[in-house]
Formats: sequence, structure tokens, C-alpha cells
Amino acid sequence: MMKRLVKFSAVAALATATLAMAGTLDDVKKAGVLKCGVNTGLPGFSEADSKGQWRGLDVDYCRALAAVVLGDASKVKFVPLNAKERFTALQSGEIDVLSRNTTDTETRDTSLGINFTGVMYYDGQGFMVPKALGVKSASELDGATVCIQAGTTTELNLADYFRSHHMKFKAITFDTNDQVTKAFEAGRCDVLTTDASGLYATRTKLKNPDKYVVLPEIISKEPLAPAVRQGDDQWFDIAKWTRNALLTAEEKGITMANVDDAKAKSTDPEVRRLLSVEGKMCENVKLPNGCFYNAIKQVGNYGEIFERNVGAKTPLKIKRGLNALWTKGGIQYSPPFR
Amino acid sequence: MAVYPPQPAKEPPLTARGPIAWIRHNLLSSPYNIAFTILGLAILYWTVPPFIKWAIIDAHFAGDSKSACTGGGACWVFIKEKLDMFLFGFYPHDQLWRPKSVFAAVLALGAFAKFVPGLHRLKLTLIVLFPVFAYLMLHGGHFGLPLVETSKWGGLLLTLVIASVGIVLSFPIGILLALGRQSKLPIIKSLSVFYIEFVRGVPLITVLFMASVVLPLFFPEGVNFDKLARALIGITFFEAAYVAENIRSGFQAIPKGQYEAADALGLGYWQKMALVILPQAIKVTIPNLVGTFISLFKDTSLVMIIGLFDLLAMVNVTANDRDWLGMDTEGYVFVAFIFWIFTFSMSMYSKRLEKRLDTNNK
Repeated sequence: MMKRLVKFSAVAALATATLAMAGTLDDVKKAGVLKCGVNTGLPGFSEADSKGQWRGLDVDYCRALAAVVLGDASKVKFVPLNAKERFTALQSGEIDVLSRNTTDTETRDTSLGINFTGVMYYDGQGFMVPKALGVKSASELDGATVCIQAGTTTELNLADYFRSHHMKFKAITFDTNDQVTKAFEAGRCDVLTTDASGLYATRTKLKNPDKYVVLPEIISKEPLAPAVRQGDDQWFDIAKWTRNALLTAEEKGITMANVDDAKAKSTDPEVRRLLSVEGKMCENVKLPNGCFYNAIKQVGNYGEIFERNVGAKTPLKIKRGLNALWTKGGIQYSPPFR
Repeated sequence: MAVYPPQPAKEPPLTARGPIAWIRHNLLSSPYNIAFTILGLAILYWTVPPFIKWAIIDAHFAGDSKSACTGGGACWVFIKEKLDMFLFGFYPHDQLWRPKSVFAAVLALGAFAKFVPGLHRLKLTLIVLFPVFAYLMLHGGHFGLPLVETSKWGGLLLTLVIASVGIVLSFPIGILLALGRQSKLPIIKSLSVFYIEFVRGVPLITVLFMASVVLPLFFPEGVNFDKLARALIGITFFEAAYVAENIRSGFQAIPKGQYEAADALGLGYWQKMALVILPQAIKVTIPNLVGTFISLFKDTSLVMIIGLFDLLAMVNVTANDRDWLGMDTEGYVFVAFIFWIFTFSMSMYSKRLEKRLDTNNK
């Protein structure tokens, strides 16, 4: 019995020791499927359609990563996670990548044993008001009544913002987002505040969405980024450059539709490297040639992903804003493929 | 001699019979009663007509997208479009015939057991074999059926799987625990007491959370116990403690004479328990047991916090579809209705069972 116990603890210790060196890439290739942690339900980012198929911006990142690693965007197993279990799921190996509207912060990056790969969506707290109020900017909100969800950082950000602008406000707090929405619609407050992406989703829940506007000011930084386990640099590189490839593709105007054309004819050296016509971009991350081509061909570039899930043609109607490319007034930027 | 033919008895006055008397007696017998009657009617007046107007009169039933719902009424189109999600969760769409046939098998088995007399051995065999059939059918991976991982099970299917496995497994464990608590052997007794009191002192949500979030950290990376299995084990052992206490209350209701009579017949411990004490103890605890099972049925929705999608959690999933935003109310009303159907049938069944087993020895 004792002997067995010793043996068991030795195995356990070994397993813990190999944890840091584990090759996620090999595991994913062996399993033939990418395990991706997503939100249980966030409109535009991670949601299930009527047939139970996942879709959204966070979801499409995982599809792109699967296309890069396995050559097939459909080989993803989506694991819906709530806010509390998301980091455990990543640490314990239940998922290979966490793509769940998670804000990159110093504490999370340094103390949770995870690494954030690169921002997929720049979010931030914003305000929504009824059009009838005639307010054009958050600086005109002095003395307003504000509906917020209790116990969130939203509440603290709001207090900071009003104090630093020497304005007064009256907060009405509610437990759930639905209550906040209902109270706002019933006119119990002048302003509703939450993360900007959530504001657009909330607006579509209102009976007359067109009677409300989202103000331009963003009062907090919420860079939402996918995360991988710390200590597996190879996997981190793949996850990071998948995101970069999607951005570079948009910058170079390569879409799902014209990617074959570009591969055959493009003379732009960076495009040729991105699509594995020359150079060894994929070889560098131990993947077969054409890895990034697969992602663009099957999922599309960043702009296509954005427009398909949250853009002007969707009920959310989110403008590109900060998420436009750096060449078009936003801050989305990819290091070069060189 | 005068003859007094007997007169037919007069009916009691109108104020002492029929609906008027009933109203006077039950609704207007005292000033308090009158006040509460008025209050009750007012509440009904304020709530019921608006609900009926919303749920039926103004409601939308036809169509296949959110644009079909324009007015202020309920949008049942949403439920219609998402019905498969509510019933089966993320179960692959082309494999839905599998859970459907399991549901059909349940109904067929129930009808067979109820309406066909006799054949007890066959019935028992079928009931014992059914879980095996259901598992093979739902999980697949054999006989040419593609594997459907438990993480894809959801909706009503998952609720029923959790509730039935929890009920069926916690019952025997609960009986053993109750016997253990009555035992004269100190180790068995103290272990049972410790277990029961410990589990009853911890909220179910904590048990589930430990099973889902803390347990995986103890396993080496890559070793992943099925999440549903973890939840089922947690719920079963949790519920067993409550069942044990219910059954113990039954033991205490059995007169000491029954124990002594069994002893006098020369029955051993297990014979005494199985043939004399347990049947009576379980009979008197039926109302409590069913109460526990009903609360277990409703507690299954707590698995939402560990990322399993039971019926209630499907409201959150379906109402966050960008094409159907703002449909939470319809979803919650629908789910509440389904829960009510199941729990109400359970309590009806328990009532009938009590009547059937009643030997009038109170």
C-alpha cells in the first residue's frame, strides 16, 4: 500500500513538473481538435444560434486558430465557461485557449499562470442616453441619474470619472443586467452605463432602439484578449501570430473571397510571406506551409470577422472605432510578417 | 282523529346552502375575512388579466424571426424556434432522433408498466435495462452511433438525466446511511453521523463548485474527469444525506413492538430491516421523500454555475442570440411552466402512492 502511494505521488509530481513543458501543439494535433473556452452567452462575441452552433467574434478567433493548427476551422470543441471557472479551466488543461471577452490586466497576466496573446477587441465603459435628452457628450451629464449593475468595476469607474470631471451624479444600482435595462427603459434614470459592447447589445433589447444613443466617450480601458497557459512559448507564438495574421490580412486587403487570387498573383513580399508563397513563416512555428492561408480562406480577415459578428449589418451595429486598423484611425496593429 | 301527514322536509334557507352559503362561510365570515377576500380579488384583478393579455391575446405565435413580433405581447415564436435548444441543449442537430427516441421509450415503458397487468419479471428487467439503453443511445460511440460528449447534453434532457440519476442513486445510499446511523456499531454509526451532518452543513452550490473548479487542480494536467459525472456524483452524495434523514424519521415512527416482533420471529438483522422495518418506514416517509426529490429536481438548475446547461440555463443561452435579444421573459415563463408540470406530476404521483399503500393503521 505504502509503496503504491509513493509511486502515485511520484507520478503526480512528475505530472506537475511536466506541466510547464507540456506541448499544447502536440496535444491539439494528437486530439485532432482544439478545445476553446468561450462565454456562455454574450451577443456578438459568443452565442449559440438556433441549431446550437457557436458564433461570434471570440468564437471566430478559435476557428481561425484551429484552421492555422489543424487546417480545418470546424475542428473546435467549444467549452462554455462562466467568469469564475474560466481561468481554472485554462490552468487545468480543460481548454487549450481561452477566448472569452477577458480583459488583459497586470494582475491576471502575472499571477494566474496565463499569458494574453493580443487584443481582439478594444472595449471600454460607455454611456447610453435617450435621444430626447439632447445630450451629445458625457461631459454634459452633470447631475444625471445613472443606472448601473451593483458590484462591478463599472460602478468604480463611473465614480472616478464624475469626480475627476467635477460633476455630480445619482446612482441607482441593480443586481442583474436585465433589471438595469428594464429600469432604464422605464425612465427611472437618464443614463445607462456598462461596457460599450454590452451597451449595443442592451440597446437592441429595448422596445425602440432608435430612440437611444450611445455617447462617444469611453471612460475605461478593457482590452479583451485571448489567453493561453504560461510556460508553453511555442503555443503562445502560434496563438499570437494567428491574431496578427488576421489583422495583416485586413491591412493588405486579403479576404476570404480573394485569398486564392492573392496567393497566385500578389507581388507584395509581406503578402507572399503571410500566405506561405515564400519564406518560412509557418515552419517557424512548427506548422505545415499555408497555415495562415487556411485561417483567412476559412474564417476571413479581422475586418470580415468584425463585420459579420458585431458590425453595421448585425443587430448590434457596433462601429469600428478603436478597433479600426491603425491605418484607418483605430489602434488595431499587427507587427510585420518578416 | 286528525291526521297529520308528514310534511316533506323544507330545504334549508338560501343563506345556509349552495354557493351563497359557501361564499358567506368561506369568504365573508368575519371582517378580517372580508378584507382579505377583497385584497385577494384585487390582486387577481391586477395580475391575471394583464398576464392573459400578454401571454395569449396580444401574443405572437406565427413566423420564424424576431420581426414577426411587433406588438407588446409575448413572442412565443422565440420558444418555437428555440424548442430544440430548450429540450436538448447543444445535442448535434442531426442526432436529435436519439434523445427523442429515449423520451419515447420512457413514455412507452411507463404505459406498459401501468396498463399491461402482470408480467412483473419482464417489467422489472426492462426497468433495470432502461438506463443502459438510455446511456448507450445518448452517449453513443458504439454500434455505429457517433459519440456525443456529455458536454453537449443540455436543456430538459440534462435536467431529467441529473434529476433521475440523482433520485435513483441517492435512494439506496440514503437507506444505507440511515441504517448506519441507527447501527449499534460505533464506527459505522459515527461515520454515518459525521457524513450526514457534514453534507447537510454545506450548500449544494459549494459541493458543485468544489467538484468543478477545485477538483481538476488536483489531477495531473490532461486527466479530465467528465464534468457531468463530477456533478452527478456531487449531487447524488449530497442528496443521499437528506434521504437518510427522511428515512430515519420513518424509523422513529415505527413502534418498538415491530422490532421486537421481528426479533421474536427469529429474523436476522437484514431480514428484519428488509422485510419488516424498511417497508413501513419508507411508507410513512413518502411525503417527505417526494418533497426532497422535488427540491432535488429544482436544484438541478444549480449546475448552471459549473457550465452545464440545464433547462434554466438555456434561457440565458437562447436569449443572448443576437437575432433574439430581449426574449428573456418568454424564456423564463416557458421554463417555469415546464418545471411546474414535472414537480406537480411528482406530487400528484406521491399522493396516489400514499393512497394506494394506505393500510389504515394510523
